[in-house]
Amino acid sequence: MSSDLGKKTEIQVKDLNLWYGDNHALHDVSINIPKNSVTALIGPSGCGKSTFLRCLNRMNDLIPSCRIEGDVHIDGENIYSKNIDVVDLRKRVGMVFQKPNPFPMSIYDNVSYGPKIHGAKKSDLDGIVEDALKSGALWKEVSDRLQSSALDLSGGQQQRLCIARTLAVKPEVILFDEPCSALDPLSTSKIEDLILELKKDYTIVIVTHNMQQAARVSDHTAFFLVGDMVEFGKTEQIFESPQEKSTEDYITGRFG
Amino acid sequence: MINRNLKEKGIESLLFFSAVIAVVALFLLCIFLFSDGIILFKHISVTSFITDTKWFPTAEPVHFGLLPLLLGSIIVTTGAVIFSVPLGIAAAIYISELADPKIANIVKPVTEILAGIPSVVYGFFGLVVLVPFLQKSLGLPTGQTALTGSIMLGIMALPTIISISEDAINSVPRSLKEGSLALGSTKWQTIYKVTVPAALSGISAAVMLGIGRAIGETMTVMMVTGNSAVIPGFPSGLFAPVRTMTATIALEMGEVPQGSDHFHALFAIGSVLFITTFIINIIANYIKRRYRFSL
Amino acid sequence: MFSNAKTNEKIAFAMLRLAVLAVVAFVCIILYYIISNGLSAISLEFITEMPRNRMTEGGIYPAIMGTIYLIIGSMAFAMPLGILSAIYVNEYAKPSKTTWAIEMAIINLAGTPSVVFGLFGLALFVKYLGFGPSILSASLTLGLLILPVIIRASQEALITVPKEYREASLALGVTKWETTRRVVLPAAIPGMITGAILSIGRVAGETAPILLTGAAYFLPRLPNSIYSQFMALPYHLYVLATSGTNIAQTRPLQYGTALILLIIVLSVNIIAVVFRNHYRKKLSR
Repeated sequence: MSSDLGKKTEIQVKDLNLWYGDNHALHDVSINIPKNSVTALIGPSGCGKSTFLRCLNRMNDLIPSCRIEGDVHIDGENIYSKNIDVVDLRKRVGMVFQKPNPFPMSIYDNVSYGPKIHGAKKSDLDGIVEDALKSGALWKEVSDRLQSSALDLSGGQQQRLCIARTLAVKPEVILFDEPCSALDPLSTSKIEDLILELKKDYTIVIVTHNMQQAARVSDHTAFFLVGDMVEFGKTEQIFESPQEKSTEDYITGRFG
Repeated sequence: MINRNLKEKGIESLLFFSAVIAVVALFLLCIFLFSDGIILFKHISVTSFITDTKWFPTAEPVHFGLLPLLLGSIIVTTGAVIFSVPLGIAAAIYISELADPKIANIVKPVTEILAGIPSVVYGFFGLVVLVPFLQKSLGLPTGQTALTGSIMLGIMALPTIISISEDAINSVPRSLKEGSLALGSTKWQTIYKVTVPAALSGISAAVMLGIGRAIGETMTVMMVTGNSAVIPGFPSGLFAPVRTMTATIALEMGEVPQGSDHFHALFAIGSVLFITTFIINIIANYIKRRYRFSL
Repeated sequence: MFSNAKTNEKIAFAMLRLAVLAVVAFVCIILYYIISNGLSAISLEFITEMPRNRMTEGGIYPAIMGTIYLIIGSMAFAMPLGILSAIYVNEYAKPSKTTWAIEMAIINLAGTPSVVFGLFGLALFVKYLGFGPSILSASLTLGLLILPVIIRASQEALITVPKEYREASLALGVTKWETTRRVVLPAAIPGMITGAILSIGRVAGETAPILLTGAAYFLPRLPNSIYSQFMALPYHLYVLATSGTNIAQTRPLQYGTALILLIIVLSVNIIAVVFRNHYRKKLSR
């Protein structure tokens, strides 16, 4: 695991500040997230970890009162610069949400939704859908009922469908916002396995409130507390020898 | 990408212009209404329009007095409110607090039927059923009276009052009612000491909207109130024919030469009517918004 | 003291029950009178023939057709406009003075009396724009009248579409309009159509606005263009009941017309409710 120390930085965040109206929700966050690895963001609820995650694909733009300062470079490009197209950015930076949110359409239409809109040829769609479902570890379970409604799947299957839907757009980065918080342990472990599989090809950032999960899946961990990023390092180091008192308190379960 | 952004911008502008049409329509409505109404005051002073007690638009000399029509509208609306508000609120309380859900599910759509019946059908019903009934049972010279209009308008306002009051009563938190019941109050004491006061602002919004609906109603009153433009007494005026502002416009617009003083007088009445309902709307909306936040 | 409270409660509840019974009784009495008296007047001839003998005999065919023209005309105008407005207000607009103005305009248009709409239609469409008393003027006037109804219904339909659908689509790098068109609208369309159907009932029943913008007392033939005057069911009923020839003698015709009008309006309402429930079930699955 320690081999990815020398890995290239994919996402470079510098002095990121965020306000919701008058509420200063993120203070001077700086972090370098390495390529092809899993970075976990942990911290008590309300610490700003999800808010931070949503800065990386500019989903916070949708909140009218939200104001952001600072730089976020992905693959060397500042995503908050004027000539960045947010729509293109979100193609490159996919997101999986807390609650599985498949569209009320068939399984096939869910996965082909993105590629179709982005101009994939009709004849290529079958292949894209199959590949995405295979990478999403769902193909075996649904290959015989692609036309049935996605809403009939179980919660865990729905979440894997959402991952497949994201993969079908061929992003570089995938953001996971507490992807297992609504799922049972078995589904959770399937998704964790999937995340480990996916990091070969993608850079992954995952928000989780479950510290075991962070320990199981991530290479690096960042600890957030009331809008500050307190500590960032390799996962073993954060869990075994945290530098900050508050990190240790959180990890040993003294608050949060 | 530039193409795509252009398309997005284009669509957003199209949507924006559609949405702004509502504002433009309201704006134009004010302009056209007021500008045609204001011409009247070239020949008739504003004070005489407001204080003249006679509406003789075609007599010689002409009288364009708003007063009998305004008072006609007021007396019919007042009657409607007296009739429909207690009834509507009582029905709303019953539906939301007492009724078996099964019964409520039948009663609610039935009251909604009242909202669907066209006003001209109410007017027709009033004319052929209620008018002769009232004339006979009260021994009146004519059954076409302010009271007849009030009853019909009251029935028409019921669905508005019931549904909004019911919403207001339903939004009273359960804990409030349980608190009262736990203190040993009866269900009825809880309803009139806790639930209804807590829902009061919502209920008053319902009453305001009901008034707005009643004052603007045209066909029904026109068909059942007899339409004589005299200043009604109170309460004796309830049992005599009256004429409302709305009925005057609908009755006379067909006969007047366009551009005459009479024509403009009808627009002036329309302006008064519009301003009245506008104010009622604003108040109702204000009350509604306030109670939504306070709960 | 205790038994006193109990007695009060009994009396109060009895009165509440009485109130509901009264409301239900009103509905039943009105429906009973119109249906029982109107049924015998209705026949195939009644709905397919022209009025004869100064409207004391024959059918109400032109009035039915006129009402249908008005429905088509006003819906063609108000439905697209209302849906697009609702999309703007709910999906695009950020809180600002403009959106506040739009909201206020919708609220106040909704509360403006229909006779005032009639005056406005007369001043703007009939006179100023020179459309004359016509199907066009009346349709546009009625269209404005139902515009707030359609906007409101469409807004409510849009609000029920879960925020998650929009986020999921946007996060896939799909533009706002494509998201709206492919994810939000398909889920909201049933609600929007329900609102539109309900406003058909409104158009069919309104009298005062068309009285001022082009409804005719009697026409010997059907209108031949959108600039023609027209007959319409509600106005026809008003005319027969208040200023026709031989009012007492034509009572059956009046009841028949009222019943046809009632059937149109109520069946439209029922269709809307059934349609809504059907789709609500489908969506909640």
